[in-house]
Amino acid sequence: MVEFLGIYVYPTLWTVFYIACIVGPLLGSVAYLTLAERKVIGWMQYRKGPNVVGPFGLLQPMADGLKLLLKETIIPSGANRIMFVAAPMVTFVLSLIAWAVIPFDSGLVLADINVGILYLFAISSLGVYGIIMAGWSSNSKYAFLGALRSAAQMVSYEVSMGFVIITVLLYVGSLNLSAIVEAQSGGFWNWHFFGLLFPMFVVFFISTLAETNRAPFDLPEAEAELVSGYNVEYSSMTFAMFFLGEYANMILMCGMTSLLFLGGWMSPFDFVPFTWVPGPIWFAVKIAFCLFVFLWIRATFPRYRYDQLMRLGWKVFLPLSLLWVVLIAGYVVYGGKAVGA
Amino acid sequence: MIIQGLAFYLFAFVAVAAGVMVISSRNPVHSVLFLILAFFNAAGLFVLMGAEFLAMILVIVYVGAVAVLFLFVVMMLDINYVEMREGVLQYLPIGALIGIVLLAELAVIGGSWVVLPLSEAASAMPTPPIDQVTNTNALGRLVYTHYIYLFQAAGLILLVAMIGAIVLTLRDREGVRRQRISDQVDRKVADTIEIVKVVPGSGV
Amino acid sequence: MMLNRTASSFLLMELVQGMALTLKAMFRPKHTINYPYEKGPLSPRFRGEHALRRYPNGEERCIACKLCEAVCPAQAITIEAEPREDGSRRTTRYDLDMTKCIYCGYCQEACPVDAIVEGPNFEFATETREELFYNKDKLLANGDRWEAEIASNIALDAPYR
Repeated sequence: MVEFLGIYVYPTLWTVFYIACIVGPLLGSVAYLTLAERKVIGWMQYRKGPNVVGPFGLLQPMADGLKLLLKETIIPSGANRIMFVAAPMVTFVLSLIAWAVIPFDSGLVLADINVGILYLFAISSLGVYGIIMAGWSSNSKYAFLGALRSAAQMVSYEVSMGFVIITVLLYVGSLNLSAIVEAQSGGFWNWHFFGLLFPMFVVFFISTLAETNRAPFDLPEAEAELVSGYNVEYSSMTFAMFFLGEYANMILMCGMTSLLFLGGWMSPFDFVPFTWVPGPIWFAVKIAFCLFVFLWIRATFPRYRYDQLMRLGWKVFLPLSLLWVVLIAGYVVYGGKAVGA
Repeated sequence: MIIQGLAFYLFAFVAVAAGVMVISSRNPVHSVLFLILAFFNAAGLFVLMGAEFLAMILVIVYVGAVAVLFLFVVMMLDINYVEMREGVLQYLPIGALIGIVLLAELAVIGGSWVVLPLSEAASAMPTPPIDQVTNTNALGRLVYTHYIYLFQAAGLILLVAMIGAIVLTLRDREGVRRQRISDQVDRKVADTIEIVKVVPGSGV
Repeated sequence: MMLNRTASSFLLMELVQGMALTLKAMFRPKHTINYPYEKGPLSPRFRGEHALRRYPNGEERCIACKLCEAVCPAQAITIEAEPREDGSRRTTRYDLDMTKCIYCGYCQEACPVDAIVEGPNFEFATETREELFYNKDKLLANGDRWEAEIASNIALDAPYR
């Protein structure tokens, strides 16, 4: 019995505790990301943003959440009930489980698996299912069109994203996320952002915008033409799940960007005052900066036209990233860079 | 080990059940979703065998891309489900035949294991044991070093198929005005817009 | 020149310029008015909630000529009139359906005695529909309440009429 406790029960409880430690702050940051989005976009449009609920509007996310919680869940009579309810859950769960492999500091990771980066990529490529199921099961033309657009867009941009990830892991020589971050230690000039991989950073960042359906690639929910895309028919908590899932995905993508290109938990300078700050804080700062750029881009650029979006993905990013795969492979083989075993 | 055993039977059972549902569910969209469930469980089985690279690739390629396109096509189809069900029985014999052939092949592979315990050692290129190299590394050695020519040949065949598909469907219509992005990007404000102060009543 | 353009297009210079503009905008003063506490300026010609005015001696201005009722494009005004005991012509009923009104201001233009006017008040939301069916008492009460503002607005606008 004691043995049973030691082998199965305690590790399970610890894991649940760790998961709570990740998911709790994550959902908190999702709530405040919505506020930050409204604030930042407001400032950039000469507005103040929400400032009535609580000091500086800091309680606004709570009010929004409460409102969504208390509303009535409406399921359209023509909808496929099971899939209609399952779709937001899929989106939400997928946005959470990807965090299992994200390292917050050296050794501070829930599951330090060998193929961490592939796991992240796999989970992000599944995100399309929540949207496509929602679009189909709503039995509404706007939702369906939004879902189709979104599926085509996510599948297209995943291709170039995959090649960008390949360049990074060729450069590092490992599929393990901790190893990828360790390879960027010792000051910001060692980050992948600076140097050979910079163009790939740009391609990756723009692809993450498309992957998370953010402006200027927010065609799936283009309010001007598709009213709101795949989530038109959703209300109350089902809508809230979509919303939480999308914003958690944004944070995840920013986390991925900072792990791959901005040195993860590494401090920008490798000497004393900077190394005192703990790794998770640096990681959070980098994620926050990437998120700010997401919002900044949303406030700046108009929405892409659909054919231009496809052109950018297939005719610009794909050849460029393929070229860079060859270039990096050549550099790794002939440039004297030590290749991981 | 008990956990591994339980997990194996769970994955295997769900995979088989999902496989049955793929061919028996009434709605083709549900079929595709059950197919995805089957893929997931296959990926789970790969992980149990210590082949996490294959598992992830299975999820990325089949679930993340191929099945999305399946779902895409199936959702767009306007199918009369009742009509489709009518001819099902006439395909039953040939389906059963294919099933029996596959079963026989599986039996042959499994049987060779039982009859000839050394067959693993006798296979052309054994992978190193899992505890010495990661399976990504082992797979890379097999595909990119030992079987490089075969791998390249497979790649070429796929390339030919892709080019063939493009050649067959591409048509160049006359008189279509296309967007020339480079020209648009080259336009500068100074080349196209002139700001003129107009005195009232005098015209430009 | 060609090289220059290619380089700047690959470096996404135009996108960077656009983003610099929005970043600068972020630190400029904001135009937001903190509405219930701060309010924007109103023109003297602003057409808000209606009011029926009185003469300084307390006599109501309206003479029941029904010009406003005739001109109202939304047919929101209903007037009934008969002579009062002293023989002067006055309304017995002056109803204004605020849910029909389109705030065009024709009634105050048509009025020969400046009786019906649209005042500066725009905060008269109610919780029920019935409260928006104004009668004569309500309109006269409005006139008493807003007389100072209405009079000064009319005086300010007078040079342009």
